[in-house]
Order: sequence, then structure tokens, then C-alpha cells
Amino acid sequence: MTRLLKVEGLVTRLRDGAAIVDGVSFDIAAGETFALLGESGCGKSMTALSLMRLLPDGIEDHSGSMYLADTPLHSLPEREMRDVRGGRMAMIFQEPGLSLNPVMTVGEQIAEVLALHTGLYGDAALVRCIELLTQVGIPDAARRVTEYPFQMSGGMKQRVMIAMALAGTPKLLIADEPTTALDVTMQAQVLQLLRETQQQSGMGMLLITHDLGVVAENAHRVGVMYAGQIVEQATRGQLFETPLHPYTQKLFAALPDARRSGQPLAAIPGSVPPLGSVVQGCRFASRCDRAWGLCSEQTPAWSEVADGRGVRCHLYVHGIEGGERRKKVRDKRQRLFEVHPPAHSENLLRIDALQVHFPIRKGLLQRTAGYVKAVDGVSLVIPRGHTVALVGESGCGKTTLGKALLGLNPITAGMVSFDGEPLSEVRRGAEMQMVFQDPYASLNPKMRVAEILEEGLTALGIGGDSQERQTHIDSLLDQVGLAKDSKWRYPHEFSGGQRQRIAIARALAVSPQLLICDEPTSALDVSVQAQILNLLKSLQEGLGLSYLFITHNLAVVEYLAHEVCVMYLGRIVERGPTEAVMRNPRHPYTQALLSAVPRIDGTGLEYVRLEGELPSPANPPLGCHFAPRCPQAMPVCANKFPDMTPAGSANHSVCCHLYPLQPN
Amino acid sequence: MIFMPVILWSDALVFLLIGAVISAVLHVRKREHLMLPWRRLAHSSVAMVSTLVLSLFLVIGLLDTLHYRVALSQNSSGETVYSSEVLSVFDKLVTPLRTRTEKTYSAPFALHLYAKESMTDAQGNVVRDYPRLQYGGAHLADESQSSLDVMKRIANGGVVGFLLGCLLAWLLSRRVTRAPVLVSLVMLVTLVGASVELATAYHVLGTDKVGQDVLYLSLKSIRTGLIIGTLTTLVTLPLALFLGVAAGYFRGWVDDVIQYVYTVLSSIPSVLLIAAAVLMMQVTIDTHPDWFETSAARADLRLVALCLILGLTSWTGLCRLLRGETLKLREMEYIQAAQAFGVSSMRILSRHIMPNVMHIILIALVMDFSALVLAEAVLSYVGVGVDPSMISFGTMINGARLEMGREPMVWWSLAAAFVFMLVLVLAANLFADAVRDAFDPRLNRTESKA
Repeated sequence: MTRLLKVEGLVTRLRDGAAIVDGVSFDIAAGETFALLGESGCGKSMTALSLMRLLPDGIEDHSGSMYLADTPLHSLPEREMRDVRGGRMAMIFQEPGLSLNPVMTVGEQIAEVLALHTGLYGDAALVRCIELLTQVGIPDAARRVTEYPFQMSGGMKQRVMIAMALAGTPKLLIADEPTTALDVTMQAQVLQLLRETQQQSGMGMLLITHDLGVVAENAHRVGVMYAGQIVEQATRGQLFETPLHPYTQKLFAALPDARRSGQPLAAIPGSVPPLGSVVQGCRFASRCDRAWGLCSEQTPAWSEVADGRGVRCHLYVHGIEGGERRKKVRDKRQRLFEVHPPAHSENLLRIDALQVHFPIRKGLLQRTAGYVKAVDGVSLVIPRGHTVALVGESGCGKTTLGKALLGLNPITAGMVSFDGEPLSEVRRGAEMQMVFQDPYASLNPKMRVAEILEEGLTALGIGGDSQERQTHIDSLLDQVGLAKDSKWRYPHEFSGGQRQRIAIARALAVSPQLLICDEPTSALDVSVQAQILNLLKSLQEGLGLSYLFITHNLAVVEYLAHEVCVMYLGRIVERGPTEAVMRNPRHPYTQALLSAVPRIDGTGLEYVRLEGELPSPANPPLGCHFAPRCPQAMPVCANKFPDMTPAGSANHSVCCHLYPLQPN
Repeated sequence: MIFMPVILWSDALVFLLIGAVISAVLHVRKREHLMLPWRRLAHSSVAMVSTLVLSLFLVIGLLDTLHYRVALSQNSSGETVYSSEVLSVFDKLVTPLRTRTEKTYSAPFALHLYAKESMTDAQGNVVRDYPRLQYGGAHLADESQSSLDVMKRIANGGVVGFLLGCLLAWLLSRRVTRAPVLVSLVMLVTLVGASVELATAYHVLGTDKVGQDVLYLSLKSIRTGLIIGTLTTLVTLPLALFLGVAAGYFRGWVDDVIQYVYTVLSSIPSVLLIAAAVLMMQVTIDTHPDWFETSAARADLRLVALCLILGLTSWTGLCRLLRGETLKLREMEYIQAAQAFGVSSMRILSRHIMPNVMHIILIALVMDFSALVLAEAVLSYVGVGVDPSMISFGTMINGARLEMGREPMVWWSLAAAFVFMLVLVLAANLFADAVRDAFDPRLNRTESKA
């Protein structure tokens, strides 16, 4: 294999001198995928932008050398650099919705690249456009080429982005979190597409991601980044077998999955140090449980451990075996959570045939022309002290359901009873609370923590006088693991994980019995996600809370939930105990969903490719909603929505014609 | 009592505004995150220099707001009688400018009137010539010395001003480290020093038709401009804030009604609407002369009414802006969290939404200020602005426009109004720009992340 890209000692600094990328070196061979792995704010994207020389304002000039084949990118004049960008080196961005121009058709945008880099114009360009779109798996490319980005779904847009990147026949493709904004099923499609195109064209790829699963699926070699430096570099096999750097080890340990469901996750305490704050010593030292005096005094140098494998840690310079150490870390986690929920579990919340329909108004008089059936007849039971997970792709109505329970969306029909009684408006706020997805959007930036926590108490008129409230707030902060003095601070002074703790404390302030968690960790890094999941588990244990856990992250479900409900287009298609649903999924949709999750140990199910997109809930297919995309669809599926039938083990039931009700 | 303080309507409103600003400052000072954008503002040289210029205008405007009436010497039956003329502290400070009126036009630095008159010379012959001014350059025995005298006065005043400026800069240099700010401070004080020295002996900007000093008129106009620019916002703000936020938050019929009102209002030509309202008000004022003790009070009420009318016709833009922002905010998760607790709508509006649209309000107000100052000039020119007896940039321009066609041209009134307004509006605009940059969250993202 020939070396395609060679980066050596790349440094990118902010104007105030803080290095965002600090001495990064790596190389990529043709046909190889090199993954940069790391948490947010560790400089992955800045490395990519430095390579493209597309750094944003406020960033000082950078040093170091970058060679693409034999071209020195660092010293290329801007004029020639423009030919390299999009030509020999192309980039795909994270948010496909933001990287396509909304007022140009897809074809025009690809033709622009073609005209610039291949000199194709007019009909020839159009033919090539259609060819490219077909190559990235867009059905009916000849028609799609004249469509605008808003007419396409997220996955489709990302495919168009890839087609655009491929238009210049690049030697190197930089993919910056290409699947983060997509659903699991779309993610699997896009990852597969990237693998296939790489095999065909033999280009090198720099894959930037925070997701170990994505790395396991697509990467050949991996560089783990932390606070602007590469701390470990290895092949995929080596890294997944024996991670050397303590940070990498902790990243693996922090991943939730079924095997760990009885024990707390090994969360990494603290968060990534702010840029430029660590001048001397190892940047990870403050969060590393194996740090010793030397770590804070001397910056560890890059040391080659084996051929092509290196690590930036004092442990390996001083000749200590990595594997043994790792065992010790594992042994450290002894305290177990109670695996089984309390046996005397009566039903806390019972939902019967809940419907949430939003009217579609049309015409001059705003007449109702139809309904978006976001939630269409969902029945659900949450026992006391249990966690029920609601799983599904975005747009399937899971968040709408959660908000409807809280009264944030109007309920069209159906019954909700709480603790045996019909749910009344008055009790709603005190019995159920919600933890929202984005801790940056869910706290009012103009209110102090104490005011945020007190708001619910004031609104519901509980919690006694102001003295009692303040002591209550103190104990809440203590419960979620925040210092008491954080009471008088504003949300912007906290990190993402701490903000989510505040949001949890706010929900707990009115002592609810049920917490609705709407993807509470999807905006957080893996290490922080582990902290929050641990917190939720210990709160459940201590307070006997029930959770309705809305998520698309199946690993979290396996770790946390007692029961799982799989939702598709407003209806629950499969439900059952977590173990049963995850190990033995019955519904073809659940099977496809599970197979799409990238697994770090390579034990994933055989990939079931889902065709097409989620249909519109305004116009759901007749019969089984999943039938048009189902690989096992039968004639009957197109006519009748299947009933819920028991499947296999106890409490496991499924809505599918494949499992007809056994007459007995 | 030798004088009686007079608080006109506009004065009261200005004091109210000052009170509001002071309490806002105290509120912000205690909160670090609210101070942050102001700190950013303090780091911008453009903002600080324009603040310096604006504060000079503000000081003049404020001095001109402290009104009083002087007691007359003759007492009628034991009671003190006060003069019907309302003066301000500023008038008192620049008394020579106010009282030294010539007969009619005279050019800047002129020693003679601009119009010929029949005079009797020493020999008793009647000659038609340009008479010497009564005050302008009256101290000069030899007319040919005038330019030398002007130079000397510029130098004297300039040097004194320069030294004073340096002293001020030195005193401030510990708090303000930006060189451009200190340099402009020195320049400004030098300029003021030179003008003061000149103005004691000459009509620096000439005189107008009835012989009033144009420099005095220009300085008096500042208050009118500032009042129009700031008081109007007092009217605009509650309307725009409440209606905009309510429309955005409640949606439904509330939104429909509010949108309908402001769409209709903004589709009526605003000058027409203002003209109609001003004429109606004029009739009301004219039919009730007994309401007013002095002519100043009458002119002042008309000014306040003009602010009211301008405010009532110009809230739509800000309202629309706030409605849009609220539409965005109401979908934020912290609003939903509050709704989940059953927090009342009014509380959500006041605790969650209003604090989060404050930066928009501030930016809009500062940017509207200059537009309003210019609007006053246009309206007074059209004849529907302030009372003709009120000194303002608009009345100055209106008075000067007829003389533009005169040969030789009388240009100084217009030029003075133009220069003063330009400086005021330019400083306000630069300040507004800096405020927008400091408060716009999109422009300060990198800083907040780091």
C-alpha cells in the first residue's frame, strides 16, 4: 500500500495561544480508513479543517507539515489549494441538512463540483450526476437529480453529500461524523455505502467519530484523540483487544451494554480540560486513576510500543504491561446495583389506546384536511420501580407520547391512569416529570440554579416556606452529585454533564414517582453519559422511581431498561422484557433495528437492510405500517394491521402477521 | 426664592428614564453573565469613542433639562412673581450666547451684518453699508486684526483645552487603557476649549434671521433630538414587548389579532398618520390655552405628544422581531419544562421569555434612536413636527431652507444643523453597531465556548 497522506506535528492555535490541535501526526495509506476517535472538544474536527486549510476565524496560523501524496499541503498557495479541495481531497460534514444549499437542486450542486474539477458541462455533467447518485444508492436518480434538498430525508441528503464528494474523484475523503445526525438504520446504510465506495475507488479515508461502534465497523486503523493530542494509535484489532492508554480503556469501560446491566458503569470523573489549560504534564492526569507524580510534572512523549502502534503515556515508557493493569481496573468495580426490580411491583402508570393526532389545516378557512397521527393507539404499563424503554427511529412518535403524558401535547383519545386513578391535571406535575434531551436548551440561561430548582415548587405550591425550600434544594443538589455552592451560579458555568444533573434535580424537586427521560444522554459524550446513567440507576434504587426511557440508543436500553417497547410510526410493534427483545427479536423491524447497531465486539446480527424511509404519519400505509419496508412482507400485511400476539417467553408480545395467534 | 424649579412633562419623563437606567445598571452590575456583553463593549475602541461623543451630547441635553423660572424684581402684593420665561441650567451657563442677539443674519466669525442698512456716519451722511455687529467681534478696534485675533483665541483655548484634556486623560488612564479613547478625549476637550474661547467674542456659526446665535440654537437642538430619540422608546417598548411576546407565545387568535393590528398600522404611510395625529393635537392645544402657564410648557407638551405619536406608529418593527424570537423560544425545552410544572403563562412570559429577548430589545432601541432623531428633522421640516417656538434641528433646517436661494447664500444654519446631527447620529450608529456585535450570541459563540 502506498502512503497517501502524511501529517506530522500539526499544531493549530487559537489567537490567545491555546493549542486546539497540538502536535498531531499520522498517515493514511490508499484504500485505508483511519479513524480519529475522541470526545467533543478534543480537536478532531479542527484536525480535519486544518488539513483542508478551512479554519474558521479566530484561529491563528498553524505549523507542522502535511503531505498529500507528494504535495505539501501546508505550503501550497491558496490558488492551488482550491484545486485540491473537492478534487483530490473531499470532505463530508456532520449535518447533511446544513451542508446542502436549499435553493439549488441536487443536480446543480453536484454539477458545480464536476465543472470545477472534471470540466464536465451540460448533458455530460447531467449524465455523470445521475451516475453518481445511482452509485450512492439513490433510487430513481434521474428524477432525484432535479429535486431540492428539502424534498429528501436526512439519509438521502447525506448520500447526496457523498456523491458530491465523490464527484471530484478524490484520493482522500474526510468524513466528519458522517452518521451522527442520522438514525441507526440510516447510519448502517451510510456506513456500508462508505465501505463499498472505498473498495471500488481505493481512496483513503479519514473518519472522524466519537462512536466506538462506527470505528469497529469501518476503520482499519484508529487514532484516539484527547485534548488536542493523539494519545494512542493502533490498528482496529489491536485497539479493541488491548487498549493501552488509560483513557481508551476507560472509554471502553464506559460503554453501556447488557453484560454490565447489574453494575455501575466505569464513568470517567470530570470532563475534558479546557483548551490551553494544561501546559505541563499529561492532559488526562486529572481524570486518570492511575496517575502518579510524574504525570503532572512531565508531559508524556510519544512512544512506539510495537510496529505502527504507539501511545502517549508514562506507563509504557516505564515498562508496565498494559493487560495486567487493565484487569485491575476491571476488578475495581465491585459494588453492584440490585439487578432485579422490587418484586411487589404494582402498576404505576397505565396508558390505554392513547392517541395524539395533530390536525393538518388547509385552505382559506383553515379547515381540517387530515391528521398527523403521531401517536396512534399506544397502550403501555409502567410498574413501580421499573424502567420501560421506548425505542424507535426519529419521527416514530416516542417524544410526542412522552410530552402528551405531561400535558405538553393534547391527547386526542385514550385513557391515562396513574396509580390506579385517572390522571388529573392537578396531580400531573407532581407525579411525573421530564428530563429533556439537550441540557443546553433545557435550562433557562438567565436563571440561577436555585431559581430553576425552586420554580416547580412555587408553581405547584409545595415545599413549605422559603427556608424549607432552600434546604430541600441543597439536598437535591447533593443527590445529583453537585456542590452546594452551585446554587447561586448560572447554567452557562456548568459543563454538559453537570447541566443534565441540574435538569434531573429540577425534575426531582417536586418528588415525582415517574421520570420521563427523553434521550437524556444523546447530547453527551460517552464518558459523561456513563456518569448520568449511573446517577439515574442509583436514584431509581434509592427513591424507587419509575422511568419511561425514550431513546434510540439500544446499548443504553440493554443496560438500563427492564422492559422494552419498540415503536414504529405511532404504534408499538413489539414489547417484552429487555433480555427477550434484545436477544430474540421477533418483529422484522426490531430485527432490522438491532442489526443496524454497530457493535464493538463484532457480534452483531446479520445486517438487515431496510429499504426506503419512514412513511409520513399523516398518511400511514394501509395494513401493517411496516409492510412497505419489510423484507418478509406477505399479502395479508398490506391489508390488515396485525394484532398484538404473545411471542415466545412470558410478557413478550409482537404485532406481526408472522406470528399468528395460536388457538388453544 | 429667586427662582422656581419647573418640571415640564418631558423633564419628568427624562427623570423617569434616568431612574430606569440607573436601576438597570444596578441590576446588571450584580450579575456576572449580564455584565459580560458590556465588558465586551468596553473592549471595543469604536464603542468607547462614540460613547464619549454621545456623553458630551447627553451632558448638554441633561443640563438643558433642568428648568427653572427666575423671580422678577417687582413684587405684586407681597407675592413673588416669576418670569414667564422658562430657562434651563444650560441657558444660564451659556447666557452670553443666548442674550447676544444681532439684528439679523451674520456669517460665522463676521464683524458685519449680512444685510446693508442705512447709517449715519461721523460726518452725518447717510450711507448704505454693512453695519458692525453689536456683539460679534465688538471688542476689536481694528477690523483688520480679526483673523489674527481668531487665531490667537483658537491657540489660547486650544492650549488650555489640550492641557485640561491631558489632565483628564491622565486621571482616567488607570481605568481606560485604550489609546484611541484617550486621544479622542484630548481632542474633544481641545475642541471644546477652543470653541468656548471663540464663542465668547464671535458668533462662531453665525446668526440666524432674527439674530440668534446659531451655535446656541444647535446646542439647544440636542435636547430635542435626544428627547425624541429616547422618550419615544418609552412608548414603543411596553407596546412592542408585551404584544410581540404575547403574540408569539399564545399563538392562536391572540396572535391573529395582534398581527392584524400591526400589519394594518404598518401599511398606513407613517408620515400621513403622524401628520393627521399632530394636526389633531395642535387643534386641541390651541383650543385650550388655559392649560398652559407658559409658552414653554405648551411647546413641551407638543414635544411629548409627538413622542407619543411617533411611538404609537413605530412599535410594529420591534413587535414583529420579538414575536419571531418568542416563536423560537417557546419551543425551547426549558419553556416546556416550566409548562410541565404547571407554571402560569404570565410567569413564563416574565421569567423565561422576557429575559431572553432583552438583548434584541437593547439592540433595536439603540438602532432606532438615530432613526428617530432623523425622523424629527424630517417631520419638523414638513411642518408637523415640534412647536415652531421649540428649537430643534428640524426647525433650524426649515428656517434655513428659504434662505438657500438667497444670493449670496445663507448656508450656516443648515450646515450647523447638518454637522451636529451627523455627529450625533454617527456616534449613535457606531455605538449601536458595537452593541449589536457585543450582544449578538451568534457573533460571540467562540468566546462563550472557550
